[in-house]
Amino acid sequence: MSKITIYINGKPYKVEPGQTIMQAADKLGFHIPRLCYHPKLSIEGACRVCIVEVEGMKNYVASCAFPVSDGMKIRTNTLELRQARRDIVELLLDNHPQDCHVCERNGTCELQRLSYSMGIRNRHFEGQRKDYPADESSEAVIRDPNRCILCGRCVRLCSEIQQIHNLSQAYRGFKTVVMPAYNIPMKDSVCSCCGQCVNVCPTAAFLEKNHTKEVFAALNDPSLVKVVQFAPSVRAAIGEAFGLEPGHNMEGQLVAALRRLGFDYVFDTQSGADLTITEEASEFLERLQGKGKLPMITSCSSAWMKCMEQFHPDLIDNISTCKSPMSMTGAMVKTYFARRLKVSPEKICSVAVMCCTAKKYEAARPELMVDGLRAVDYVVTTREAAWMIKSAGIDFLNIIPEPFDEPLGISSGAGVIFGTTGGVMEAALRSAYELFTGQTLVDIEVQAVRGFEAIKEGKVVMDGQEIRVAVTHGLGNASKLLDMVREDPKRYHFIEIMGCPGGCIGGGGQPYAGVNAIPLDEDALKKRAQVLYDLDRHRTIRRSHENPAVQRLYKEFLQRPLSPISHKYLHTHYKAKEPRGVIPRS
Amino acid sequence: MQTTTDQNRQQLIEYINQLPDRPYRDSYLIAVLHKAQELYGYVSRDAMDLISSQMQIPTAHIWGVVTFYHYFRTQPPGRYQISVCLGTACYVKGAAEVLQAFKDRLGVEAGQITEDGLFSLLEARCLGACGLAPVCMINDKVYGQLNPDKVGRIINDLRKAAR
Ligand code: SF4
Ligand code: SF4
Ligand code: FES
Ligand code: FES
Repeated sequence: MSKITIYINGKPYKVEPGQTIMQAADKLGFHIPRLCYHPKLSIEGACRVCIVEVEGMKNYVASCAFPVSDGMKIRTNTLELRQARRDIVELLLDNHPQDCHVCERNGTCELQRLSYSMGIRNRHFEGQRKDYPADESSEAVIRDPNRCILCGRCVRLCSEIQQIHNLSQAYRGFKTVVMPAYNIPMKDSVCSCCGQCVNVCPTAAFLEKNHTKEVFAALNDPSLVKVVQFAPSVRAAIGEAFGLEPGHNMEGQLVAALRRLGFDYVFDTQSGADLTITEEASEFLERLQGKGKLPMITSCSSAWMKCMEQFHPDLIDNISTCKSPMSMTGAMVKTYFARRLKVSPEKICSVAVMCCTAKKYEAARPELMVDGLRAVDYVVTTREAAWMIKSAGIDFLNIIPEPFDEPLGISSGAGVIFGTTGGVMEAALRSAYELFTGQTLVDIEVQAVRGFEAIKEGKVVMDGQEIRVAVTHGLGNASKLLDMVREDPKRYHFIEIMGCPGGCIGGGGQPYAGVNAIPLDEDALKKRAQVLYDLDRHRTIRRSHENPAVQRLYKEFLQRPLSPISHKYLHTHYKAKEPRGVIPRS
Repeated sequence: MQTTTDQNRQQLIEYINQLPDRPYRDSYLIAVLHKAQELYGYVSRDAMDLISSQMQIPTAHIWGVVTFYHYFRTQPPGRYQISVCLGTACYVKGAAEVLQAFKDRLGVEAGQITEDGLFSLLEARCLGACGLAPVCMINDKVYGQLNPDKVGRIINDLRKAAR
C-alpha cells in the first residue's frame, strides 16, 4: 500500500496507512503519553491520557484507537491539550491513596511517572478515596483495589494472553473494582498465580505476596543453616532492577550478593534442572516404551500446573510426574545435603529466588513436602531479591563475582536454557537422544524450538523413530495447543508448556519495566533469552546427565533415575481442583 | 423428590438449550440472566456457575455483567420486597424523599437487602396507582400517600409482624 501524508505539529510525514495515530507517532519519535494501552492487548480506549488534537474533529481523539488518514493534521502538544491531559491524570490522582512513600511501587510506578511528566506539582482537590480491604489470601498474588486506576490492563492480560479470565471490572462508575468472580478471595479463584497482572499493572494494585521480612528474620537467626538457590532467568534479568539494560548476565554478582546478605550456601537451581532433565528424559523413554501416556507434557511451570488442575484435568495422566527444578533442588537440600552437613533438616532454612510468583504457591503445596517439611521455606521473586540487596546496602553492580557452592552449584548448559521457552525441550532432547540411541546428538542446538512464536513444532529421529515435539509459552497459547492434542492425541510425543510469555525469563516476578520500556516487551525478553543461550554455548558440559554433580548425587543418594528413592523425593502427582475454569470458545 | 433448585436448574438449562446458535451464544447472556432472576428471584451464584459451564462463559465475565446492571440482584429478595415508585407522578409528589427515608431507616441502598434478610429495597417505575402518589409496593400490597414519617411507621409495623 502506498504511504499517506500526515502532519504532526505542523510538519508533514509519510507514514503507512492502516495504523493508529499513536503507532505512527511512536515511529516518528513522538511518544504520546498513555496508560490503558498495551501493544499486546486489545484496545480499551478508556483512560484518555493519550488524547491528541485532530483538525476538523470537535473533540480530542484517543490516539491509541484512532486511525491515521491522508492529510490528517495532528497536534500532540498544544497548551490546551497539555492542560486537558493533566486534568485527566489529576482526576486519577484525586481517588488515589497518594502515599507514594510507603508504596511498594515507589520509583517503579507508572502513575508517578505520568504525573511527573504531566507537570503535576501540587494537588488542588481531595477526591473521594476508595476504601476496600486488600485481598492477601493468595500465596502468590495480592490485590489492593484502593491503588487501582481502572486501566483494565490486568483484566485484558488475564483474559487475552493467559486465557484464565480470572478478573473482571465489577460494578460501575466510582464503585468499579477489579476482582475475581463473585468477589471471592484470590486463593479460591481460578487464578494460576502467574503474576502477569503484577507485571502489567501500572500501580501497586497487584503485587506478589512479599516474603522478604521472613527471609531477613531467618538470615538473622544464628541457629539456622541458610541455603539459597536461584533460577536461570533471575541472573538474566536482575541487572535491570539496578538500572542496567536488559541482556546482562549477573550470575556471579548475585552469588556474591546473596553471600553478603548472610546465606551460608548459594546453590544453582540449574543443578536441579539437570536432575529434572535426567529424570524427565528417563520418564519419557519409559512412556515411549509403552509405560504411561503420550504425549508427555512438562510440569516444571507452577502456574501451568495450577492452570492444568483447574482447566485441563482431563490431561493429568499426560503430565510428567517430575517435580520442578526448584522443588527438586529444595528436596535435595533437605535430604542429601542435610545428611552431608550432618544437620537436621529442620535446622535448614531453604530459600529460592525465582523469576516467578507462582513458585510461592508451588513451595506451599502439601504434595511437595519432603519428609513432612517444606522443600523450599520461602520463595522471593527477582524483584524482592533486588530490593533485599539494595536495602542491605550491597553494591550489586560493582561487587566481585563469586562462584556457587558445592555440591548443587554445578550445572550443564542444558540446565541454563531451562529459563527460556523451548529450553526444557531442547535440554530433554539432548539427554533423551543419547540415553535412547547410545549415540551423541551432534547438532545439539535444536533451533526449531527456539524463538518466541506461539506454538513451535520440531522433529528428531531416534533410531529410526520419529519423535514429534511441540513447545508453547503463555497459558492462552497452551490452551490452544492442548485443543490440538485433544483433536489428535497422536500428533506429538512430547510437549513443553511454560505459563508465562517467553518462559521463565518473562516470569511474573521479574523486574518491572524501566522508564522507557513497556511490560512484556519482546525485545527485552529476547535479550534475556540470549544471556542464557550464550551461557550454554560457553559451557563445556552441555548435557544434563553429564553433570558431575548430578552423577554424584545418583551414586551417593538417589541410585539411578526413576529409582524408588528418586520417586519418593523427585516425583509427584496432581489432582483436579475446584473451581473449574472455563475457556470461551473463540 | 426434586428440590426447587433442581427444578430451577433444569429450567435454566432448557432455556439455554433452546437459544439459537447465531449470531453467537454469548450475545444471549443478558437474556439468560433475566431468565435466571425470574426463576430464582435473583441471580444466584448457583445460577451463574451453571450459566458459565453451559455457555462456556467465564464466571468473572458473567459477574462483571451482573454487577454492572442495576436490575440484576445477586442476593435473594428480602421477606418484604419494597418497590418505591419513582414514576413522574410520584416523583413530583416527593418520591425521592420517600426513597431516602427507606434507605435511612433500613440502612441499605436501592438494590440491596437488609442484613437480617427482612427487607429488600428496589426502585420502580409507575406502579399504576398515580392517584395515591407517592406510592410503594410491599410484596403485593400498595401503600399510598407516603411521607418519611409514614415510612417509619410502616417499617416498624412490618418488623413487629415478622417477630
Ligand atoms: S496471577 Fe495470572 S492468572 Fe492470576 S489473576 Fe493475575 S494474570 Fe490472572
Ligand atoms: S489493577 Fe492495575 S492493571 Fe488492573 S485495572 Fe487496576 S490499575 Fe489497571
Ligand atoms: S491509552 Fe489511549 S485511551 Fe488509554
Ligand atoms: S408514578 Fe408512581 S404510581 Fe404512577
